[in-house]
Amino acid sequence: MSWLLIALLAVPLIGAAVLLIAPALGRVSAYGIAVSGVTLAVAVAVAVAFDYGHPGRMQLQTNRPWIPGLDLRFHLGLDGISLPLAVLTALLTFLCFVYLARHRPEGGRQRALVFTLLVLEVGMIGTFLALDLLLFFVFFEVVLIPMYFVIAVWGGRDRRRAAVKFILYTLLGSAVLLLGLLAVWAQAGTLDMVDLAARHGSGIPRSAQIVAFLAIGVGLAVKTPMWPLHTWLPDAHTEAPTVGSVLLAGVLLKMGSYGFARIAIPVLPEGAAALAPWLGAFAVVGIVYGSLACLAQRDLKRMIAYSSVGHMGFVLLGFATLTPVGMNAALFGNVAHGLITGLLFFIAGAIKERYGTADMARLGGGMLRRLPYIGSLLTFACIASLGLPGLAGFWGEMLALLGAYKPAAVLSRPLFVTFMAVGGVGTALTAAYFLVMLSRVTHGRPIDTVPAGPLMASAEEVREFLGPDEPVEPVATGAAVEEAAEEAPTGDVPGGGRLVDVTVYELAAWVPLVALTILFGVWPKALLAVTTPAVQAIFGVTS
Amino acid sequence: MIQSIDYAALAVPLILTLLAGLVLVLDAFLPDRPGGGRLLGLVTLGGVLAALAVLAAQAVAGVERRTFCVPASLEGGRTLEGGRALAGGPALTGGLSGRVPGPVLASGSASASCSFVVDRFTLIFAALVLVAGAIVVLLSMGELAGGRIPVGEWYFLLLSTLVGAILLAASRDLIMLVVSLELVSLPVFALTALKRYDGRASEAALKLFLVSVVSTAIMLFGVSLLYGITGSVHLDRIAESYEAGRGLTFGGAAGAYTSTLDISFAGAASSPGSAVTTVAVVLVLAGFAFKIAAVPFHFWAGDVYQGAPIPVAALLSVISKAAGFAGLILILTTALPSQAGVWAPVVAVIAALTMTVGNVLAMRQRNAVRLLAWSSVAQSGYILAPLAVFANVVQRAHARVVVEHQVETAREAVLNVSRSVARPAVSLLPADAGPLVRATNVELSRTAGVAIGPVANASIAYLVFYAAMNLAAFAVVMLISRERQRNEVDDYRGLAFRSPGAALALAFSLICLAGLPPGLSGLFAKVVVFREIVDGGLGWLAVVMAVNTVIGLYYYIAWTAKLFTPLPGGESRTRSGPVVVAIGVAILITVVFSVAPQVVLSAVG
Repeated sequence: MSWLLIALLAVPLIGAAVLLIAPALGRVSAYGIAVSGVTLAVAVAVAVAFDYGHPGRMQLQTNRPWIPGLDLRFHLGLDGISLPLAVLTALLTFLCFVYLARHRPEGGRQRALVFTLLVLEVGMIGTFLALDLLLFFVFFEVVLIPMYFVIAVWGGRDRRRAAVKFILYTLLGSAVLLLGLLAVWAQAGTLDMVDLAARHGSGIPRSAQIVAFLAIGVGLAVKTPMWPLHTWLPDAHTEAPTVGSVLLAGVLLKMGSYGFARIAIPVLPEGAAALAPWLGAFAVVGIVYGSLACLAQRDLKRMIAYSSVGHMGFVLLGFATLTPVGMNAALFGNVAHGLITGLLFFIAGAIKERYGTADMARLGGGMLRRLPYIGSLLTFACIASLGLPGLAGFWGEMLALLGAYKPAAVLSRPLFVTFMAVGGVGTALTAAYFLVMLSRVTHGRPIDTVPAGPLMASAEEVREFLGPDEPVEPVATGAAVEEAAEEAPTGDVPGGGRLVDVTVYELAAWVPLVALTILFGVWPKALLAVTTPAVQAIFGVTS
Repeated sequence: MIQSIDYAALAVPLILTLLAGLVLVLDAFLPDRPGGGRLLGLVTLGGVLAALAVLAAQAVAGVERRTFCVPASLEGGRTLEGGRALAGGPALTGGLSGRVPGPVLASGSASASCSFVVDRFTLIFAALVLVAGAIVVLLSMGELAGGRIPVGEWYFLLLSTLVGAILLAASRDLIMLVVSLELVSLPVFALTALKRYDGRASEAALKLFLVSVVSTAIMLFGVSLLYGITGSVHLDRIAESYEAGRGLTFGGAAGAYTSTLDISFAGAASSPGSAVTTVAVVLVLAGFAFKIAAVPFHFWAGDVYQGAPIPVAALLSVISKAAGFAGLILILTTALPSQAGVWAPVVAVIAALTMTVGNVLAMRQRNAVRLLAWSSVAQSGYILAPLAVFANVVQRAHARVVVEHQVETAREAVLNVSRSVARPAVSLLPADAGPLVRATNVELSRTAGVAIGPVANASIAYLVFYAAMNLAAFAVVMLISRERQRNEVDDYRGLAFRSPGAALALAFSLICLAGLPPGLSGLFAKVVVFREIVDGGLGWLAVVMAVNTVIGLYYYIAWTAKLFTPLPGGESRTRSGPVVVAIGVAILITVVFSVAPQVVLSAVG
């Protein structure tokens, strides 16, 4: 019985319940920061209480029967695989609340947003703590409804369609996942993940393992997302509000890949061995496809979303190698992607908030001159994401390719070396699209060279004055803006008419991510030391 | 022969019957005052709650009560050896009332077949019907406040339906099944038509009447064939004679048949897949498919639900449906377990079609009640699905028993050989073969009795979960219908800002119906069903159901999202005390089921 893990779930849950019952709280955003801050504190306490001498063992377990009729036990626990993700979730949620304190998405209803995000946090953390297949599934599903509302209520213009697409895709994945989990249960007779992992698949015939791995794999692959099941992702990311995108990329995608590490591969090793080449092939296609799609994007958020497809491709490639190295790479890539893409979405949201658009053509260039801090942070996040050595993004990709160079003995080596080569091309393409984007957005001349003064903040508002059909040309902008600004009351413009560089709240939300990206980049062992023993336990390797 | 009647067993239907009479009398003699209708409603509610209390007392006592019994000696003079009589206890009883199988078999009444049995199965269904009945009464109080519907007749008919539903769950012979099924159906036509001078209501009543009469006729035909083949109306004896027939094919007790009917149909009964049995099974299935609105007999649901007053629609979708399922489960698993090879595939196909057609139709609906009607058709499909794996479960149980026996015999043979080396052990096995097969058969029926429990239980559990969440949804729809006559789904836009409580209640019940957290009761209900299907090895049905879950989600979530869409210009709304209480009770039950689904699962299994 460990109260720490229960507290980790209970704090946000009670926080949400209080919000539902208490009639009027003064400052809702401060309340959100407080609750998620306490949750983060508990998560840190968990990380401190964790016994780093045995990260391969399940720790801080709680195991109580919940629904005996379904064999469902309330079984929570942590090992080296889940600890980093649970802490990352608590951290990202907290940072989202910090960000929200100042930068509220359109759609109002702050209170409902805080409630939704707290429920979301319960589901996300619960997924990483659950050690019972059905309990895992329940938490996996808990996130769907809150995320649906985050996109559908506080999202962009096309939010309704994106939200429906998101929930239908992921629910279809979940339904297939449930079938796979129940197939495992029918064969093995238990829902306990620790027990199942310890058996290494003994007791489940090979054919059943393949079918179950296929079902579970497809279910998780929708969430991860794996090409060609990724099509919900760009829409959802583009339309979601900043905090939604951050949590979607930072945590929700990890739930899919975590499922591979926790359930699919340990519980069904023979099924994994049979289907790993396919997984690897789809992963590699995803890497290249994601990079090429990025090159074609005009919208900053959409581009980052597609870059997620590519990065998660590396994670899946790591899993597909079925080696400790590859699995480590995948887990490292998971965390790194959570930090870096979370940061990227934060910055993209900040840019969209200032310019009123995330369309790269309309942003024009010269961000480093107009918004030096945000511009440099964007540059930093991009080069971290493209895998510059010394930053966190590098290790996940490098180790995944290394794993593919020497896959597990049961897999065909030439095939995986081919995967490695294609993946290598993918890294080059990744670098290409990020650098192209940087050159277009941060460098060059700013589009509005009009003198300071009653300057309209965003091209979007310019467009509103000009009417939708007229192009937003730099030359036209100056005159039209000045004309329009004379008519428009100045109070309407958020931020007083001038582009504001980074705010304190933004810095508070982003600096931890930057720091961790650098930390894991220069000292990857900090993370690998925690995951390695757990990974070796999965493959039955004694260190 | 004089039968002794156990009135304690009959207490619940008796209370309700007396109450129905009382309501009629009160209605005739009470002065015609405003508020008189409410008094009658309260009397009805009180009576239903009293019946529920009696039921609770019966459940706590935990004794299985039976009445209207016919001793074995009276029916057809059949002489069965002890092993067969022992094995012939109702298969379902073995599965459902696992607590008291010993006393039942030992008490001697096992040899007597009873028409009215209060066991766990009956108690669960009666509890469901009474709680749902109480909620429907509360909804009725809201509906009758309009004053256009005669109050006394309404409550009388409502109570008659409840009596029928409870009798149905307790009946264990074909005649009582049919009669009580009619008792469930007949008052509902009248209830539907009570909204006089309303074109839609009249149309709905006529449609319901025609469909119901046709389905009864079809079912009666099937039932009479069953009686003709087996020479018995009691469900357990029907099962017995089918199993005896199977014993015949294995070369067992050929001389067990003495009744003329059995002799004339001995050939038919001896081969389980015989044509007459198949026809009978299919006809019975078709008859019940009408009642539960399963495809291809589903078309009436939309019009009838929409035309009927909303409490009646709630009654149709929960009580009448539960009664239909109770009868179906009773006949299929108690009387015809040995024919599972015939009906299980049919049920599988019907289940798959029902959920798909229901969901696809529901997607296109703009009217709230119509949407709920088709969604409840789809839910019928989920409830049917576990019954479809019945054959596989029985087969597996059979295989297991045979293997066990073979292992055991082989071991014995080895032991014998080692014990008496001098004796020629070669003749041991052939000599044992006949008894082995017979013993296997007896064992099979017993093992099957235990093994089929979970299958029917999954259906029953789903039905209970479904009843709670569907009633909650109907209760909110009832509340809204008082201010919006047309009751379109679009009328619910912005409900969260006009009346947050109702909106939250409706959102919760819709998410439950969709089967997503936080609506955990719906999720667990689906998990229970999925588990049985996957366990039974019917992969394709599981996949069909998975896809259907997603289709279902689409319209549930679209409706839920409408509730939270802001709508400029809120307006005043009418409150209705009883309806609010009904919503509260239904939501409370759903929440309890969500947090502790074990309540249902342990009661059922």
